[in-house]
Amino acid sequence: MSNKIDHSMSLATPDALNITTKQKIALATGLVGLFILLLAVFNVDFPNRAVFLAISLGLVIGGTVVYSREAYLTKLEGIKNDGAWFKSISSRGVLGWALGVFLTTFYIVLYFFPKYLGLGVDGAANTGLVALFDPLSNLLSGNNASQWFVYGTLYTVAILAFGYKFMLKYRHNRYQQLRTASVMFFQTAFAFVIPELMARLNSDDFSLPYNDLKNMWPLNYYAFDQWRVDQFINAQTVGLFFLILGVVMIFVISPFLTYKYGKRWYCSWVCGCGGLAETAGDAFRHLSDKGTKAWKLERWMINSVLVFSVVTTVAVISTYLGYDSEKYWFTKSVFLISIGVFLTVLLAGILYYKREELNKSAFKGAIGFYILTIAFLVFFSFFDLSQIKINASYFSFGLNQNSYNFDSALRSFYGFGIGSIFSGVIGTGFYPILGNRTWCRMGCPMATIMGIQQRLFSRFRITTNGGQCISCGNCSNSCEMGIDVRAYAQKGENIVRSSCVGCGVCSAVCPRGVLKLENDSMDGRINPTEVLLGNDVDLMDLLNKN
Amino acid sequence: MEHVVIIGNGISGVTVARHIRKNSNKKITIVSAETDYFFSRTALMYIYMGHMKFEHTQPYENSFWKKNNIELKKGFVKSIETASKTLQFAEGDSLQYDKLVIATGSKPNKFGWPGQDLEGAQGLYSKQDLDSIERNAPDNKICKRAVIVGGGLIGIELAEMLNSRSIPVTFLVRENSFWNGVLPEGESAMINRHIKNHHIDLRLGFNLKEIKSDENGKVKSIVITETGEEIDCNVVGLTAGVSPNIDFLKSSTIEINRGVLVNRHLETNIPDVYAIGDCAEQRDSGIGERRPIEAVWYTGRMMGETLAQTICGNRIEYKPGHWFNSAKFLDIEYQTYGWVYAKPRENEAHFHWKHEDDTKCITVCYDTTNNTFLGINTFGIRMRHEIFDRWLTEKRDVDYVMKNLPQANFDPEFYKHFEKDILAAYTNQLQTA
Repeated sequence: MSNKIDHSMSLATPDALNITTKQKIALATGLVGLFILLLAVFNVDFPNRAVFLAISLGLVIGGTVVYSREAYLTKLEGIKNDGAWFKSISSRGVLGWALGVFLTTFYIVLYFFPKYLGLGVDGAANTGLVALFDPLSNLLSGNNASQWFVYGTLYTVAILAFGYKFMLKYRHNRYQQLRTASVMFFQTAFAFVIPELMARLNSDDFSLPYNDLKNMWPLNYYAFDQWRVDQFINAQTVGLFFLILGVVMIFVISPFLTYKYGKRWYCSWVCGCGGLAETAGDAFRHLSDKGTKAWKLERWMINSVLVFSVVTTVAVISTYLGYDSEKYWFTKSVFLISIGVFLTVLLAGILYYKREELNKSAFKGAIGFYILTIAFLVFFSFFDLSQIKINASYFSFGLNQNSYNFDSALRSFYGFGIGSIFSGVIGTGFYPILGNRTWCRMGCPMATIMGIQQRLFSRFRITTNGGQCISCGNCSNSCEMGIDVRAYAQKGENIVRSSCVGCGVCSAVCPRGVLKLENDSMDGRINPTEVLLGNDVDLMDLLNKN
Repeated sequence: MEHVVIIGNGISGVTVARHIRKNSNKKITIVSAETDYFFSRTALMYIYMGHMKFEHTQPYENSFWKKNNIELKKGFVKSIETASKTLQFAEGDSLQYDKLVIATGSKPNKFGWPGQDLEGAQGLYSKQDLDSIERNAPDNKICKRAVIVGGGLIGIELAEMLNSRSIPVTFLVRENSFWNGVLPEGESAMINRHIKNHHIDLRLGFNLKEIKSDENGKVKSIVITETGEEIDCNVVGLTAGVSPNIDFLKSSTIEINRGVLVNRHLETNIPDVYAIGDCAEQRDSGIGERRPIEAVWYTGRMMGETLAQTICGNRIEYKPGHWFNSAKFLDIEYQTYGWVYAKPRENEAHFHWKHEDDTKCITVCYDTTNNTFLGINTFGIRMRHEIFDRWLTEKRDVDYVMKNLPQANFDPEFYKHFEKDILAAYTNQLQTA
């Protein structure tokens, strides 16, 4: 930001609510790019797919870049939220709903009807949209594209293009720029390019599963499915390394980083879901519900999903350990007992050492969810799940008549309900309606684990600057996780919430410099006060002592 | 059960109500003619700019009041009969109180300019003011130009608001530099340049002579005193300060001057009647270096925190701690801790540092007889309230403060730090002085 007087610009700045001609052209360019993809969906057979794919993605990226430059570089550095609640697309207007319906439909087709995107069934060649991506897929992995490759490419393009936009929007804020650069890097390298290139290593006697290193269990709910574990074990040293790394990430690396920096190290610096939310979803962040009812729902929902994910994973693993144990290091009972002991020790430790920080509902919730989980463990240890059959027609309105083993039924139900519907269709499809972090807030089991740790055992907090808060509400408004940040700031209290992903936007938009994301000692991190800094010292002493 | 009635649902009234509830089960009623629920006045600008909607400026959910057993009454108090402890409402009804808190805030100053009450001429203080600007300046087709009169904090916020809708703004400031009655010269000059960079037509050293009306009683143009120039406009922002909103007390026995006169315990001349916030005026003199009337968010809140104690039986004096304040001038944030006057007073000196990008600067004031640190203004660099509050209490000398400035930094992580440059400039200045 510079105050050097710029005489070239007219007195009347461009109308904030109407876009400039240049922006209109940029928007049209991007839409033409998308239109090429749409033509491909409708089976227009492009002569040179590589060229048309390049043109299409190039137009989308180019359009976004030009649009963003015109939007932000023509103005001084600063907070750029003018009209966020007036624009149709970002205030649940017609455009917002239209986009929501479009995205939701796209996800449904992607997950459940990939053949409409042109995926070749039973060895047939790809057609349509998927075929358009064949050249790029061949370039990277040597194989033809799948619907997931198409999705991965578009996902990465979205993070890169809108990441660039976000970096311009916050060009005065290095925290925002660095973490955006970070999610752009992790998406492109770890989630997209590296796994595709690694597929080239696969041969007849060596194969690794598609492996996004940063995608940990339980966010990656299929991490310990038998086919995957088998592939890792069969891939010798490299495979074992990845398998062990996966476990070490869960039990060592993630807890360590979460202790030092809070869950933001993952959620807003590394994660792909977070990456999309922070870039393409940024324009919708203020739409999250800040009410206490939503918070209540969140606590039930997200903890239930975690239990569901633990139970499912344990069911799946214990089943294949049950009939195939000589292949692995564990037997079924050793596995179940160690999980039970681990959870018991963990809960007992929390209840004992953190008893002062837990309120009644947290206490009750923890015990309830624990008992539920243990009950499932006991159930799994007495029954052979592969012998219990579940008829899918009860759960699929009769669409699916097959009957499944209990463990795979649970696993498919999780994959369908949580993996596809919650994280995809609702989580991303509903960006323009529910805000950009619905999945992260209400559903992500990985976020739950790190959140519990962040609340109880982390150096991270958002510090409130003494008595400087004016209760304006910009912080709460821009919190994508629906935290009522102001409720804490106006009491002079630090914000220590399990759901906070540390995006730092509350701090950025605060007009009075009240909020700062920090890692510091755990002592005095949570600091409720009755009288704020700046008042009579005696009064503060009198009332703040408890 | 004792009935505490609070007139005014701003930060002062709501704070006293909340703290009385924490400490007692008294019956509490908050009266307001402005809005149903408490909202943050300082956030009105963000509604017009589209950053937030009105409901987002309400710090508590609507269910909060019932849950905490605080009654809300919408009504305009016409008069107070202190003998019978009765409020008379303009709507015709009345209300009995045992204890009364007057927290009616401010109203925009109008200095008798011809045309000051025309449609389109307004201040920016209340929800009604926001409604009015939304009506008269929804876009740059209906409002082709706006003129703002008075260069203070509200004036510059109004300029930023209108700018966000691409309405050309002429900003008349009586002083020869923006807010230079409060800000030292270097800071004030930097803000002048920043205002101009936002394409706001800043006119320094000019006064409003009159506002002219069109045939429908709406603002048509204004005339400048000094030059006689007539500027066509559809909205005139009157932002030359505020004064206590206490006209309804004129007929009562409650003693008033510019504001409601109170002692150090925030008590008026009538037993069981108190006044806090913008509308209260310290009877004897301002506290310390503070002015007798302080129209600041933070002081309103502190008075509320204090008075709740008195009302709940723990009678204590209002003794605010070290002065602090904050504001935002378009894109530049401002914080102040301790006292920095526009010009150093006797036995005071200023150290001023400004970054070359012209958007960050600090001014440190110290006592030249013993080098005690007296206060700091900081622009574009966030600093910690807690640290300065402590340093002021400890009466640290200015060298200590300058050397330990990194401790006070509150900018987001990864921001560039300037403490080294500042210290170098400070040391350099001492050597050349």
